[in-house]
Amino acid sequence: MGEIKLMKGNEALAEAMIRAGCDAYFGYPITPQSEVLEYLSKDATQRTGMVVLQAESEVAAINMIYGAAACGRRVMTTSSSPGISLMQEGLSYIASAELPCVLTNVVRGGPGLGTIQPSQADYFQAVKGGGHGDYRLIVLAPSSVQEMVDFVRLSFDLAEKYRNPVMILADGAIGQMMEKVELFDQMPRKTEFPDWATTGKPKDKERRYITSLHIQPEKMEEINKHLQAKYKQIEKDEVRYEAFNLDDAEYILTGYGLGARICRKAMDILREKGYKVGLIRPITLFPFPKKVYKEVADKVKGILDVEMNSGQMVEDVKLSVCGKTRVEYYGRMGGMIPSPEEIVENFEKLFIKGEA
Amino acid sequence: MAKALGEIIIDIEKCKGCSLCIDACPEEVLSLTNKINKKGYQYIVTVNSNCTGCANCALICPDAVITVYRKIEKSA
Amino acid sequence: MSNNIETAKFRPEICTDENLVYRKPSTLLPEPFHYCPGCGHSTVHKIFMEVVEEMGIENEIIGVAPVGCSVFAYHYMGVDMQQAAHGRACAVATGIKRVQPDKYVFSYQGDGDLAAIGTGETIHAANRGENILVIFINNGIYGMTSGQMAPTTLEGMVSTTSPHGRDVKTQGYPLKMSEFIAPLPGVAYVTRQSVHKPANVRKAKKALRQALEYQKQGLGFCLVEIVTNCPSNWRMTPAQANQYIEEKMLAFYKLGDIKVPEVK
Repeated sequence: MGEIKLMKGNEALAEAMIRAGCDAYFGYPITPQSEVLEYLSKDATQRTGMVVLQAESEVAAINMIYGAAACGRRVMTTSSSPGISLMQEGLSYIASAELPCVLTNVVRGGPGLGTIQPSQADYFQAVKGGGHGDYRLIVLAPSSVQEMVDFVRLSFDLAEKYRNPVMILADGAIGQMMEKVELFDQMPRKTEFPDWATTGKPKDKERRYITSLHIQPEKMEEINKHLQAKYKQIEKDEVRYEAFNLDDAEYILTGYGLGARICRKAMDILREKGYKVGLIRPITLFPFPKKVYKEVADKVKGILDVEMNSGQMVEDVKLSVCGKTRVEYYGRMGGMIPSPEEIVENFEKLFIKGEA
Repeated sequence: MAKALGEIIIDIEKCKGCSLCIDACPEEVLSLTNKINKKGYQYIVTVNSNCTGCANCALICPDAVITVYRKIEKSA
Repeated sequence: MSNNIETAKFRPEICTDENLVYRKPSTLLPEPFHYCPGCGHSTVHKIFMEVVEEMGIENEIIGVAPVGCSVFAYHYMGVDMQQAAHGRACAVATGIKRVQPDKYVFSYQGDGDLAAIGTGETIHAANRGENILVIFINNGIYGMTSGQMAPTTLEGMVSTTSPHGRDVKTQGYPLKMSEFIAPLPGVAYVTRQSVHKPANVRKAKKALRQALEYQKQGLGFCLVEIVTNCPSNWRMTPAQANQYIEEKMLAFYKLGDIKVPEVK
C-alpha cells in the first residue's frame, strides 16, 4: 500500500507530479487550479530538484514547456479554460514537433471569462485538436481525486511512448474536492534522454533540431500522414473506459469525469425504480471508446448522455452508434452541476414517458 | 621591410554577387564577373594580385564564400 | 560593367595551411544560406558560428530560432536547435536553460519577433535574469512577409504598410528595445552592434563572444542587438543598404555598449 492521505484534487495532482519524477513545471495562476502552482512552490524543488517556474502568461508557460520538453525532460503545466485557450498555439507546435508533455485543464464555465465553477465545456477543444492543423492530444478524464494522482503517471508514460502531448481533462469540482488518495512512491527523475532531445550536439554525431516547419508541402503531407498513423495506433491500443451493468441493460447512461460520478448515483436510483440501466464512462476521450457504444447499440433502447456543457461528447456517442439506437442528451451549462434526481427525471421524461 | 602577399579562394557556386566585398577591399582586387554560377548569380573574381590577405572581404561576405591566405615575405 | 574582365593569376603557393587567415567555420553547415544577396542575417550566422567554434562549445550549446527570415537558422548552424513560435523564443530558451543550466543557450530573433509579438516574453525573461544570450537582429522591417512596417521602422521610413513613410502620429514611434531592457536588474549585458563594415563585423563578433563568456560566468541576461540591412525589402542594392545603415539607422540606433556588468 502506498501512502494514504486526504487531499484536494489539485494538490493531489501536484503531489503526483513530484512523485512521478517530473523535471519541470511551468504555469500561471488561474482559478480553479492555482493550488497546483502553490503546492509545487512550497518544496518541490527541495524534494526532487525539479524546476518550478511561474511564467508571465499561459502563452509563455506552454512555450517554456516546448523548450524543456524538446530537451527530453518530463514536463507539465496546468491551467483552466481561458488559460488553456491561450496555450493552443503552443500545443499545436508541440503536437507537430512530437514533444511529450502533460497538461491538465481544470475546466471552468465559459465562454469568455465565464465563471470559476466546474464545467465540461472544453470537450471539443480537448479532443478535436484545439489549435490549428490536424492533430490530436491524448485526453484522460479523471472522475476522482485518486485518478488525479494515477493519471499523472499514466500521462507521462503515454506522452513518452507516443511523443505526444497528453491532457488530463478535469473540472473545477475534481480539482477542488477533497478525498482519500493512495499515493505512489517517489520515482527517480530521468538521467538519460532520448536521441532526438536537444541536449547539445553529441560528439561525432549529427546535431539535432526540433521543428514544426516543413515548407515543402510534400514533406508536410508526409509529417501529417505520420501523425495520423500514430493517432490510429493510439485509437487501437489506448482506449480506456469503465462500464457498469451492461449485461442486462436496456438503457445506458453515459458521461465522463464528474458527470459520470453523478450518473452512477442516477443509475442506482433508476435501478431501484426498476429500470435496467447501465453506465459507460469513457476514461480516454481521445481515443474515444467507440467500440463499447457500438456493441451496446444493438441491445439497448436508448442512451442518455449527461454532460456539464451543451452536448459535446454526445456527438462522439452518436458517431459511435451510427444511428442504431436512440441517443439523447441532458446537461447543465455555465458552471452548473446536474443532480442525480434531475438526471432521473429527464431519463423518465425522455425514455419512459416519451415526452421528447 | 616585410611584405604581405595575399591570396583568396572563392566558392563561386555559393557567391550571390552581393558585391559587398568589392567595396570592402582596400586594394581593389575584386570585381563582379559577367559569368553566372549554377544559382544564376554573377560572382566575384580577383582582377589583380594586390591582395595583402587582410581578410576584409571574407569578414564582410555574408555567405562565407571566401577563404583567405597570407604570406609574409621578408625583403632582403 | 566590362564584358571582358581579366581575372588575376591564381597563386596556389600562398594557399597553404600555415598561411591560412580566414576560412568558413566548421560549425556552419554546408547548406547554402537562403537569405537574399548581401543580407546581414548570413553575416551574423557566420560570425556567431565562428565564436562557437573558437570557444569549442558546439557540443554544449542549444539555440532557438523563432518565426522570421531566420526561422531556418537551424539549417545553417551546426548545433542543437529548436524552432519556436513567433515571439516565443525567450520563453522556449527559458525552458531549455532551466532544465539544462550547465549548457549555453541562445535565441536568435528578428525585430518583429522580439520587439512586437514577443515583447512580453523578452522583457520577462530579461527581468528574471535568465542566463541566456539573445541575438536581436534589427533591420527595421518584416523581411519574411515581404517588407511590412516593424516596431523598429524609422520615422518616415517606407515599408509596404507605411508606403508614405512611417507616420509616428498614427503608427507609433520606433522602439529602442536595447535601451528599454538595459535598466532591468536581471540584465547583465546589452550592446548594439552592426555588420555593415569589416571593422563592425569584428566588433560584433567580439560582443557575441563576450556575451557567451558572461553566460559562462552566470551573470544573467545578455542582449546583443545587431543593426542589419534588408536590401530586398528596402528596395536597395546591398551596398546602398549598408550606406543607409551608416547614414540613417545608426543615427537613431547608436552603436556601442548600453550596459556592461560591473567589475567586481
